[in-house]
Amino acid sequence: MSAPRVHTGKFFMHGDYACAEGALAAGCDFFAGYPITPSTEIAEHLSYRMPQIGGTFIQMEDELASIAAIIGASAAGARSMTATSGPGLSLMMENLGLAVMLETPCVIIDIQRGSPSTGLPTMAGQSDVMQAQWGSHGDYEIVAYAPSSPQEIFDLTVLAFNVADRFRTPVILLGDEVIGHMMERVVIPNEDEIMHWERKRPKSPPGNNGNYKAFLPDDDDLVPPMAHAGEGYRVHFTGLTHDEQGYPAMDADTHHKLVTRLIDKIRSNADQIIRTEEYFLDDAEIVVISYGCTARSARRAVREAREQGIKVGMLRLISIWPFPEQMIKALGEQANAFIVAEMNLGQIRREVERFVSQPVIGVHHAGGAMIPPEPILKEIVNCQLKTGEKPWPKVMILRSD
Amino acid sequence: MPQATVVESHPLDQIIRSDRMPHIWCPGCGIGIAMRCYAAAILESGIPVENHIVVSGIGCTGRVAGYMYLDSYHSTHGRAIPFATGVKLANPDLMVTVFSGDGDLAAIGGNHLIHAARRNIDIKVVCVNNFNYGMTGGQVGPTTPYTAKGTTAPYGNPEQPFNLPSLVGASGANYVSRWTTLHVRQLKQDILASFTRPGFSFIEVLSPCPIGFGKSNNIPDGLDEMELYRQRCVLIDNGEVDLDVLSIDLREDKPIYIGEFVARDRPIFQCVQVDR
Repeated sequence: MSAPRVHTGKFFMHGDYACAEGALAAGCDFFAGYPITPSTEIAEHLSYRMPQIGGTFIQMEDELASIAAIIGASAAGARSMTATSGPGLSLMMENLGLAVMLETPCVIIDIQRGSPSTGLPTMAGQSDVMQAQWGSHGDYEIVAYAPSSPQEIFDLTVLAFNVADRFRTPVILLGDEVIGHMMERVVIPNEDEIMHWERKRPKSPPGNNGNYKAFLPDDDDLVPPMAHAGEGYRVHFTGLTHDEQGYPAMDADTHHKLVTRLIDKIRSNADQIIRTEEYFLDDAEIVVISYGCTARSARRAVREAREQGIKVGMLRLISIWPFPEQMIKALGEQANAFIVAEMNLGQIRREVERFVSQPVIGVHHAGGAMIPPEPILKEIVNCQLKTGEKPWPKVMILRSD
Repeated sequence: MPQATVVESHPLDQIIRSDRMPHIWCPGCGIGIAMRCYAAAILESGIPVENHIVVSGIGCTGRVAGYMYLDSYHSTHGRAIPFATGVKLANPDLMVTVFSGDGDLAAIGGNHLIHAARRNIDIKVVCVNNFNYGMTGGQVGPTTPYTAKGTTAPYGNPEQPFNLPSLVGASGANYVSRWTTLHVRQLKQDILASFTRPGFSFIEVLSPCPIGFGKSNNIPDGLDEMELYRQRCVLIDNGEVDLDVLSIDLREDKPIYIGEFVARDRPIFQCVQVDR
C-alpha cells in the first residue's frame, strides 16, 4: 500500500479531508479528538491516515481531554492538533489558556456550526469568532485563520502549524460547515514545496551548567526556544504565573511582564502572521469586509456591483486574529462606507467600527444558511445611493427572512 | 531541648528542586513523604532521569511537579491524566508519572481517570488521598466520608464518597494498590515496581491533612492520623480482595485495607500502526 505523508496531486476533495491532509503535509504526527458534527470527518480521515505515516491518532473521552493531550504531546515534541465545533471549543477554553501560558504550539480546528449551545449541528455558523479571541479567561492574543474553500483549508492548516511552532502559540482554524463539507478542487503540492517554519530550540546542550531558560526569549521576537520532555533540560511548565525559568512567581510585576510579553509576542510579529486578500480595492469607495464561506457570496456581490459601475472592493480576512487594524485604518483613508458580511450578528462589524470613522453597515445572519450575494449587493447599491448625503444614517441590516 | 540545624545538602538534592524549598505544605501533611518515596524510586529505577516525566494537576499534591527536578508539567485542574497521555503517546520511551490529589483526579478529573484506566494506557498514577480539598481550605470532596465535616459541609457531608481502588479497578486498570504515608518502604517499592509493570497503574496514598480535614474531624495532628494508620491498617497480601470493602472512614474503628488489590495483564493501549 502506497501511503505517503503528503498526498501530492489534484483532487476533488471534501473540505474536512483537505484539512486532515493539510495537517499531515505540515508534519502533524499527533491527533487527539472527540467526534462532533461538522468536524468529525477530520478525525475519521486521520484515524485512517495517521497509522499509515507512523503518527498517533487517539479518540479521547471529551474535548477537555483532547486539548490537554495535544498540549502534552506538543510538550514532548509532537506537531499536534485537535478538531471540534462550537460546543467542543467551549469546553477547550480553559486549556487554550494553558497552551498560551505554557507557550506550547498546537492547532485547534473549529468547524463552526449554528450556535449558541447545541444550535444547528449540521448547519453552518461563523459565530465563534469572538470566542476564539476572548473565550479563555484573562488577557491574551490568539492567532486564527478563516478558510474560504477546501483548497484554503488545506493551505491554512499548513500555515497554522508553522505559525504555532514559530511563535510557540496555539493557533485556531475557524472553518465553517459550508467549507468543511464542501467538495471542491484541491491541489496538494510536492512535499518539498510545503512551507516549513521550525520551532525554536535551545542552542546549548542540557546540563547543570547550561543557562537555558524555557521562558526566556533569546531574541527580540519575544519567542523563547522550547525544550521537549525527555531531552534532559529538566524544564518546569506551569499555568501559574512564572518567571523565565518557569518557576511559579506570585507577584504582580512578574505577572504583568509575562502577560504583556505573551501579547506582544503575537502583536509585534503580526506582519508575519496576518493574511488578507484584496479584491478590487485600489479605487474602492465602498469596502466590503468578509471571511470564510460568506466571502464567497461577498465576492460575487462585489463583482456584480462593479459590472453596474459601482466603485466597490472587498477585503477578505484570511486571518481574523490578530485583527488587521492597520489595514482597516488605511482603507478608512479612501472609503466612504464599509459593509461587513458575516454569519453572526456583528462580531467583526464591531471590530471594524473601532478603527474607522465611516459608517459600517452589517449584513448579518445568525447562522444555518449561507448569506447569499443578493443582500450584500443590495447594501452596496444602498451605500452608492447614499454617498455624499449628510448625515449618514447608521443602520444595521438584520435579515429576517 | 534538641537544636534545629540547617543542613547543607540532602540525599535527594539531585532529584528535587532544592532551590524551590521551603515547600508550601503544612506541618503534618503527608504529601512530602509520598513525594520522597517517588524521588527515591526514580533514583533506584535505573531509568535515566531525563526519561522520567512528572505531570500534576492543581491542588496541594499538584505542587509535586514543581518540586521534582525532572521535566515537570503542572497542568490544569483535573487534566493531568490526558496531558500525560499526550506526553506518553508522543514519546513512548518516557516513563510518565501523574502525581496529583484525590479531588483533582477523582472529581474534576474523574472522567479522565476512568477512561485512562479503561484504555489501560501505560502511565503511572500516584494519587494522594487526604479526604478533602486542602489547598482551598478544607472543603468536602469526592473521597470525604459520609457525614464527615468540611468547610462546605458544616453539618456533615451529605454525599457518599468514592472508593477509589474499586472505581479504578472496575474501570480496567492493570494495577491498583493502596498505601499510607506511614508505609514509606512499601510505597517506594511499589512506585519502583510500577515502572516495570506495563499498563495503567494506580497507587492510592492515604495522607494526613490536619489543617484541612483533621481539624474538623477530631484528627487535629498529623501524627494522630499516622497512629490511626498504624493501628488499623490491614495488609492484603494474597491479592484476593473484595473491592467493596475498601471504603474508608477514619472516624470509625474499622480496618483500613492496604496493599495490592488488582494486578493483571490486560492489553495496554497502543497506537494503531499499519504496514507502510
